[in-house]
Amino acid sequence: MSDSPRTAVSNPPTQPMASNFGERDLVRRSATEDLPPPERQLTPVAKLIDVSKCIGCKACQSACVEWNDTTPAIGENTGVYENPHDLTENMFTLMRFTEWVNPETDNLEWLIRKDGCMHCADPGCLKACPAPGAIVQYTNGIVDFIHENCIGCGYCIKGCPFNIPRISKADHRSYKCTLCSDRVAVGQGPACAKACPTQAIVFGTKEDMKQHAAGRIADLKSRGFANAGLYDPPGVGGTHVMYVLHHADKPQIYANLPENPRISPLVQSWKGVTKYVGLAAMGMMAVGSIVHGVFARPNRVSREDEENAEKLVEGKPVPPPGEHA
Amino acid sequence: MVERVQPGDAVHPGKPVTVNRYGAGARLNHWITATSLILLALSGLALFTPSLYFLTALFGGGQNTRAFHPWIGVVLFLSFFIFFFQLWKANLPEKVDIVWLSRIRDVIGGREERLPELGKYNAGQKFIFWAMTGLILLLIVSGVAIWEAYFAAYVSIPMRRVAVLAHSVAAVLIICVFILHVYAAFWTRGTLRAMTRGTVTGGWAWRHHRKWLRDLAGQRKTGPAE
Repeated sequence: MSDSPRTAVSNPPTQPMASNFGERDLVRRSATEDLPPPERQLTPVAKLIDVSKCIGCKACQSACVEWNDTTPAIGENTGVYENPHDLTENMFTLMRFTEWVNPETDNLEWLIRKDGCMHCADPGCLKACPAPGAIVQYTNGIVDFIHENCIGCGYCIKGCPFNIPRISKADHRSYKCTLCSDRVAVGQGPACAKACPTQAIVFGTKEDMKQHAAGRIADLKSRGFANAGLYDPPGVGGTHVMYVLHHADKPQIYANLPENPRISPLVQSWKGVTKYVGLAAMGMMAVGSIVHGVFARPNRVSREDEENAEKLVEGKPVPPPGEHA
Repeated sequence: MVERVQPGDAVHPGKPVTVNRYGAGARLNHWITATSLILLALSGLALFTPSLYFLTALFGGGQNTRAFHPWIGVVLFLSFFIFFFQLWKANLPEKVDIVWLSRIRDVIGGREERLPELGKYNAGQKFIFWAMTGLILLLIVSGVAIWEAYFAAYVSIPMRRVAVLAHSVAAVLIICVFILHVYAAFWTRGTLRAMTRGTVTGGWAWRHHRKWLRDLAGQRKTGPAE
């Protein structure tokens, strides 16, 4: 068997299998500076979501709920198609619907984007996370939350350029799409890709997915979508969930998909310069105090000071007010 | 106008003379604030850098550290601001503060005889008072903004990014001010008892806050009910 599954459509083998990747395949681990280098490089995987083929059936959402055994609360109809109305700690993926009037053709276009973790090559969540090992990245590109290490601080939310992680109010731990790391580890593709009836969601190696996307983009261009393209944003080092967009020049029209996502400079400076300068400043302050304490004589009250105070209180003459005693 | 003598300040003759500097209420608030600040620094530093994450063990793990830290912050905020209203009038700036600051080398060198006579607080103490006030305000506002469990729904993510950066910078600064405060209290011998017993010796007041001592002694002579 190859190290990473090549497709999501194959059926699982009937015999039990050992997990194909794990802790020895980590390329990044949150709040861990001395992570040993991985012993091997797994073939990078990716999920490709072709929005032009999506029919909005939400089979992906159902498959996600079923595989991950989450139970989203029953929602209320507020007059929109999104259900639930946002990603939650129990809903790792969400079809976002946008009604968009194309100004060039005056056609109403119904844009449907399956939202969820993008599995960034440079993950902002992992950069922001203060808890060792709560967020990990494998050499195949999957970014995963290890819930037993999560402390529920919400730093991942500040780090994420896509507004994906959600903190559970019940257990105070952060949740998001795992790219079905547990399925990928046994040679299966993600549940959403497996369930998708139009194969708008496909899964395989990142190279294969880029090639597949190129074919889809050529097809879309031949059918009048001149700006069709692949969404694999370089600002976060590329992603392991990619979109084929028929209007790739305007990603924001797809429910505010960011045009050039990157880790916020505020987060970068918080986790970078602030940390190092801050530790240095506190250290210098402490060392400075110790050095002064060792080398300078303590500021002691003298016998004369006490006598002057006694005289003052008793009304006897003392040195008058002035600059010097 | 700076409050030169505060309610409860009084001088008692004896050998040595003792001077009441802080009442029981002020001391209680000071130590609640101090304990909270130390706990906040430890739990905050644990989440500030991975090399100090082990400090979470003091609070019973990462989840507890995350849960307790903001509540301790609320305690500090409340106790500090009661304390603030007890002290602020005596910490207003005066002209003599500029003279004192211009001779900061003599201050650090302990050459007190070259410094002007001072009221209840010197410019260094006033700096610590106002720095703590400003930083605590910044910390409580930014801290509430990033209090995930209760306030996440009310603050946008871009605002939370600003808040977490401001919170970290303010925390670093307040820890520096804290170190300065603690060191100054140790180095200036005879100071700690002002916050434990509430009194200082007359000699201490003569040496460091002579104008304040003269005011108190003068009050004693003219005061009707002593």
